[in-house]
Amino acid sequence: MATETLEMTAEKRVTYLNVSHTVKSWLLTLDHKRIGLLYLFAISFFFLIGGIYATLIRLELVTPQGDLMTADTYNRVFTMHGVVMIFFFLIPSIPAVLGNFLLPIMLGAKDVAFPRLNLLSWYVFMVGAGLFMLTMINGGIDTGWTFYPPYSSIYSNSQVTLAGVAIFITGFSSILTGLNFMVTIHTMRAPGLTWFRLPLFVWAHYATSLIQILGTPVIAITVLALALERTFQIGIFDPKLGGDPVLFQHLFWFYSHPAVYIMILPSMGVISEIIANMTRKRVFGYHFVAFSSLAIAVFGFLVWGHHMFTSSQSMYAGFIFSIISYAVAIPSAIKTFNWTATIYKGSVSYDTPMIYALAFLGLFTIGGMTGLFLSALGLDVHLHDTYFVVAHFHYVMVGGALSGYLGGMHFWWPKITGKLYPEVWGRISAVIIFLGFNLTFFPQFVMGYLGMPRRYHAYVPEFQILHVLSSAGASILAIGFIMPIIYFAWSIKYGQPAPNNPWTAVGLEWQTTSPPPPENFNYTPVVETEAYEFEHVEEIKNAGAGEVKRRHKESRKKNASRQSKNCQTS
Amino acid sequence: MAEHTEHHIVPIKVYIAVFLALMVFTAITVAVASFPLENIWGPLNIIVALTVAVIKATLVILYFMHVRYSSRLTQVIIVAGIFWLLVLLLFTLADYASRSGWPTPLAQ
Repeated sequence: MATETLEMTAEKRVTYLNVSHTVKSWLLTLDHKRIGLLYLFAISFFFLIGGIYATLIRLELVTPQGDLMTADTYNRVFTMHGVVMIFFFLIPSIPAVLGNFLLPIMLGAKDVAFPRLNLLSWYVFMVGAGLFMLTMINGGIDTGWTFYPPYSSIYSNSQVTLAGVAIFITGFSSILTGLNFMVTIHTMRAPGLTWFRLPLFVWAHYATSLIQILGTPVIAITVLALALERTFQIGIFDPKLGGDPVLFQHLFWFYSHPAVYIMILPSMGVISEIIANMTRKRVFGYHFVAFSSLAIAVFGFLVWGHHMFTSSQSMYAGFIFSIISYAVAIPSAIKTFNWTATIYKGSVSYDTPMIYALAFLGLFTIGGMTGLFLSALGLDVHLHDTYFVVAHFHYVMVGGALSGYLGGMHFWWPKITGKLYPEVWGRISAVIIFLGFNLTFFPQFVMGYLGMPRRYHAYVPEFQILHVLSSAGASILAIGFIMPIIYFAWSIKYGQPAPNNPWTAVGLEWQTTSPPPPENFNYTPVVETEAYEFEHVEEIKNAGAGEVKRRHKESRKKNASRQSKNCQTS
Repeated sequence: MAEHTEHHIVPIKVYIAVFLALMVFTAITVAVASFPLENIWGPLNIIVALTVAVIKATLVILYFMHVRYSSRLTQVIIVAGIFWLLVLLLFTLADYASRSGWPTPLAQ
């Protein structure tokens, strides 16, 4: 036995990937890293489905006439694109994949606080996803992803009830993940890892969990009420039955506006990590960036009425919602400016994750600033339900959230798989995505401002040139998305083995091996420095893994003796 | 915190008392529903019904869900959740309340 252990050198190390190989060991795993990968497969599948719907939309819109599909089919296609991308890709993307994988490692913990709950959250997600696939096979839904009644509760002939149940169930997976993360961050930090030594990725996930726990029950109960009204004619939202459709909008946006922050906040956490490590500087204004995440989470709950300026919502409520919506730009701007200040005079390396981070900075700024246009009461009347809105939220969700997700996937891919992806192809695809994205969505700002409404499959010929540009951009974007899938898959088999810390980054996840052992660390790490402390990193890098372990042991002893002294004195 | 979280054994009498109180409040709800309190004051029916409902919910949370005997942290979390519900109700009702009651400067 002893000789066996000795022989387990770098070649035959036990990692979370090779510790067992059966299907059962994956499907019943309690390892947060494996659960993260299970989520990765699930959401990648849904990204593909959502992408196919997007392709159909852009194909139809190449010509002004509705020649590829009927109006009804088009309604179903854009609704399915929205629902799949939001509920089954973007919301779980960073928290459930990268968060699950990295959060416990960043905290120096062996796993999340409730590993069984973590596995349950994946199964709950898969049940919801399965039901939604059933919806899809049965013809989908045609209400738009916002499900506004009375259309959705009375008139629509599509599978609204089934889709509502699917989203209701999926919501619980999101709540479970949020709960798990919150308890983990509170209770499982390594010795010495105080709140203000946490990586900003962790702060961002804390804020996200807050929204998931407080907001998701409201969407769950809202879609359930919708399903009840549709099935049993209970008057809640339909005026014919004595309900109020604007009440639905209030309840729906109480969750669905903060849901935007569920998508963007984790991405902001990823960007903080990438920018600090790629510029080799501590994030400028660490405390401000950390607290701005919480501020976004809290203020994000108080702005939902800006989706309803053109409804019968009172203009006084409109004033309040408009002003608070402006206020929510402040914490976002704090982050953006602090990241820019971090890059200033940094030692910047333009590797793939950094290209995504820079793309994020530019695209999120455009997405965020156009959000201010839309939260202006008067201007929104002109822009409401036009392609300007479509462009705005795609700049935030694709240019922001998805850039962060892809940047994070590249940044941590060596840690997750133990293999290096081809850097040149990574850079090429990042640039292609940036260019394709802008060509797709910038023309939509223009046509929206000129009056092209959203959710129409036919339009006046004046808009054709802009739509053709947009569709051309979408095909470039598609190439950019397919490339990472190919070279990531290629790298698993043929990629160079990754060193433990390929970016010479700081953070606990880079101190363990790539890929990490099943229990993350072979020792309990002790944290003695703040996050993004780059001064000693060269020293540690030269010293190698044995030295890191020795240092941890030493500081653990120091910690223990300090604690026992405290006990004696008190 | 740990010293607050040990298991607290609630005497069965407390459960019975709370159960009886809930039954009495249910009876009040039913009685009020069939009694035209709006003759006295317009919204009185709703006020009584909602007050009864809030008291019943509080009893269930405090005793049946053991929150009264839980740690301060658990209590804070529950109060935070209720506060968030109030945010939802307050902002939504602010819309409904200000739709017609105030003079609209543009309506002329």
